[in-house]
Amino acid sequence: MGMRNIGIVYRKELTEALRDRRTLITTFLVPLLMIPLLGSGFVTVMSTVLGNAKKEKPLVMVVGGTDSPALLAALREYPKMIIVPTTPDWQHKIIEKDLRMAIEVPPEFDENLKKGKAGTININIYGGEIKSELAAGSLEGYLKEYRDGITVKRLEANHLPGDLLKPFDVKRQSIAPPQKVAAAFAGGIISYMLILMCLQGAMSPAIDLTAGEKERGTIETILSSPISRTHLVLGKFLLVLTAALITTMLLLISVSVSSTVLQDSHILDQLSDEGQPPPHFSLGPKAIGSVVIMAIPLSVLFSSGLMTIALFAKSHKEAQSYIAPLMFVVVIPAIAAMIPGMDLTPKLAIVPLLNVSLLCKELVSGDYHWNYIALIFLSTSVYAAGALYLAVKMFQRESVLFRS
Amino acid sequence: MIEAVNLCKRFHDKKRGEVRAVDNVSFICRPGKIYGLLGANGAGKTTTLRMLATILEPTDGTARLCGYDVVENPERVRANCGFLSTATALYPRLTAQELVEYFGRLNGLDSVTLKKRIDEIFARLDMNEFRDRQCDKLSTGMKQKTSIARTLVHDPPVMIFDEPTSGLDVMTARSIVEFIRECRDRGKTVIFSTHVMSEVEKLCDIVGIIADGKLLAEGTLAELRQKHGETDLEEIFVKIVAPHHRAEEKL
Repeated sequence: MGMRNIGIVYRKELTEALRDRRTLITTFLVPLLMIPLLGSGFVTVMSTVLGNAKKEKPLVMVVGGTDSPALLAALREYPKMIIVPTTPDWQHKIIEKDLRMAIEVPPEFDENLKKGKAGTININIYGGEIKSELAAGSLEGYLKEYRDGITVKRLEANHLPGDLLKPFDVKRQSIAPPQKVAAAFAGGIISYMLILMCLQGAMSPAIDLTAGEKERGTIETILSSPISRTHLVLGKFLLVLTAALITTMLLLISVSVSSTVLQDSHILDQLSDEGQPPPHFSLGPKAIGSVVIMAIPLSVLFSSGLMTIALFAKSHKEAQSYIAPLMFVVVIPAIAAMIPGMDLTPKLAIVPLLNVSLLCKELVSGDYHWNYIALIFLSTSVYAAGALYLAVKMFQRESVLFRS
Repeated sequence: MIEAVNLCKRFHDKKRGEVRAVDNVSFICRPGKIYGLLGANGAGKTTTLRMLATILEPTDGTARLCGYDVVENPERVRANCGFLSTATALYPRLTAQELVEYFGRLNGLDSVTLKKRIDEIFARLDMNEFRDRQCDKLSTGMKQKTSIARTLVHDPPVMIFDEPTSGLDVMTARSIVEFIRECRDRGKTVIFSTHVMSEVEKLCDIVGIIADGKLLAEGTLAELRQKHGETDLEEIFVKIVAPHHRAEEKL
């Protein structure tokens, strides 16, 4: 009898939801269109900006150094910048971003170099501005080479081996598989979207089936039918859960498709350093499957939580004003999970939302720590069960149902 | 049959403290009779009827519908009554037929019985023309018919009407009054609340006058007229209720 009644409520709510434009848009259209467009748009813009910065030949001024022709000649030979005539307002021009950097050469540099006390060459840049930083980085490398050349010449002049001061080399090399490098980035964004979409998918039906029912005056109609309030709220809950799961599923599919498209379009190539392979997102069936499994308790938690909150409201509008701040609260753990070095520990594995976010990061990078997966699934299920219990209890309270 | 036994409902209000919306109300409504609950706004009519329909739970006392207790067996009570008020709206995105089907299924009807009932009711209420139209596209009259069809689908022996005609135009209100009379003629137990004297005079077999949560007087129209020495129901009503109003004003 109970299952039959829950089924009747579910079927009726489904019929109504499929005729509700608002629910259809948030459940189907947003994850299928908005997210891939926004996501790939963001990545494309980032990649293009980086690419342009790398391609740009920065404009540079040399301040001083007229008495040091050797250094000036060396600077002019450097192909990756354009030296423009020096003007006294070079500082202003850097701040205005008309100029990427200014190289300040101390007086009598060439002369002092021979005496062995040349001083410091200052590279003035706009700190934090990516084009300035990139230009300065590459110039620094070039000047170090110039310095090393002088060192070698000096050593050889004294009949000493050129590598006397450089007995060994240091070189950095990443041997992490390319997908792990990208995972921290991609995993963070995916868990952020997962949490947001999961909440978003549950939101519209959760409000419509509780506060909406009060607003339209159908609550008294349904309460006068023989169905028990527990069965009624469970039928409603299952519909909200369905919407949350569909939204999440569609999101994962569209993320998977759009990341494959991005991968093939070579837009991502700009994101890696020269000579390194481009970042690789692995969103295979296994990763998607595991994220979906995590999405189930998460959806239960959100669906019942939102229903509990929305039930207090007397209208759509009121419910939305209760839920809007929640949108900001739930993304905090998702953002926290993006912090580099934030990794799963047994303690963090029981922090709601944060645990799912951190797990997402691992799953996307191809790590499967099954004990963590089990622990997080369990703890999220416990929170979800608590929220569902609360929703059922709230539905029994006259002061909530008939709040005036 | 409805038996209300010392029904009480108390609310807590932040400003007014404890409010006795319904205070020790007892009455009996019998099959084939219409019981009219007459009272001003805020007298406790709606709360009383909501307790009978088990939408609200009594703070004290109880009521029995067809022998089922509203506190102990609310689901059986609801299965045996039809509840209609101007607040019982329809689901806007369901068609008239889907809506009636939904409530039929919730009342445990199987598909064959349900189809038979719906065809019968829709024909009787002349609803076939709009049976596949969504409820938000229906006129007030059509909505009212759909609501009636909803309360009738499981053929309940008890009917509860909470101010069923308030806010309706003359023709729709008339059809509701007609419907209430029909329920009685079919032998159902009918209780309805109103503040319209003429409706009481037209319909009621027994009148209960309620004010400030208390049932102040009860009887047939003839009994009330005789007891209070007035023929006009409005005069009788004022005579009974006025002392209470004065008491309230002093507060």
